[in-house]
Amino acid sequence: MARVLLFGRLADLAGWRHRPVEAASLSALRLALAADDPALGEALAGPGVQTAVDQAIVRGEADLTAASEVAFMPPMSGG
Amino acid sequence: MSVRLQSEPFDPGALLTAFCAGREETGAVASFTGIARAERGQAHALELEAYPGFTDAEIARTGAAAAARFGLQDWLVVHRVGRIAAGEPVVFVATASAHRREAFEACDHLMDYLKSRAPFWKKQHGPDGARWIEPSDRDRTDALRWETP
Repeated sequence: MARVLLFGRLADLAGWRHRPVEAASLSALRLALAADDPALGEALAGPGVQTAVDQAIVRGEADLTAASEVAFMPPMSGG
Repeated sequence: MSVRLQSEPFDPGALLTAFCAGREETGAVASFTGIARAERGQAHALELEAYPGFTDAEIARTGAAAAARFGLQDWLVVHRVGRIAAGEPVVFVATASAHRREAFEACDHLMDYLKSRAPFWKKQHGPDGARWIEPSDRDRTDALRWETP
């Protein structure tokens, strides 16, 4: 049960900012999110969207545990 | 050497006074205050979202790198998050060094980083609703000035 966080326009699109999702890997998590909300699934795979697991940027696959925190971050705007 | 993200407004003068206190060996403090622009009525408020833990760690990493690069004695970044009304300070940066050039340059460098690459997501609220904002071309080219060839 990973804790999923969405930021910026991704959160507006999905209509939520954090939610627990059952998934043992990042790819399984993406599939689960896309099955629930195809528009969100497409946006998560879009250009410039970065993924962090436990606050470290991950490119590619990662295993998730019940305690994992997964953040999907659209292009950062700066302050 | 610290970074603070806060939703409450801050007083840049008070921050600068506190930062300057007790610095007999410093010689130079530079500071910058960024204020939310009204854009001639097009922006009555900004909404800044950060990723607590991640955003501050990224800023701290850049601050530490700037301290090493410019030989800073100390630095401070205070950044608002949440809803910020036009006219309110958004960001405060102060740098301390033995001589002025390093303090000026490090402050300029940190602001270019904060404006173009720091992990924030920014929404502008105006008369026609809200829109997400990305760094301007100028923000991006300003940040490139600090790349080492």
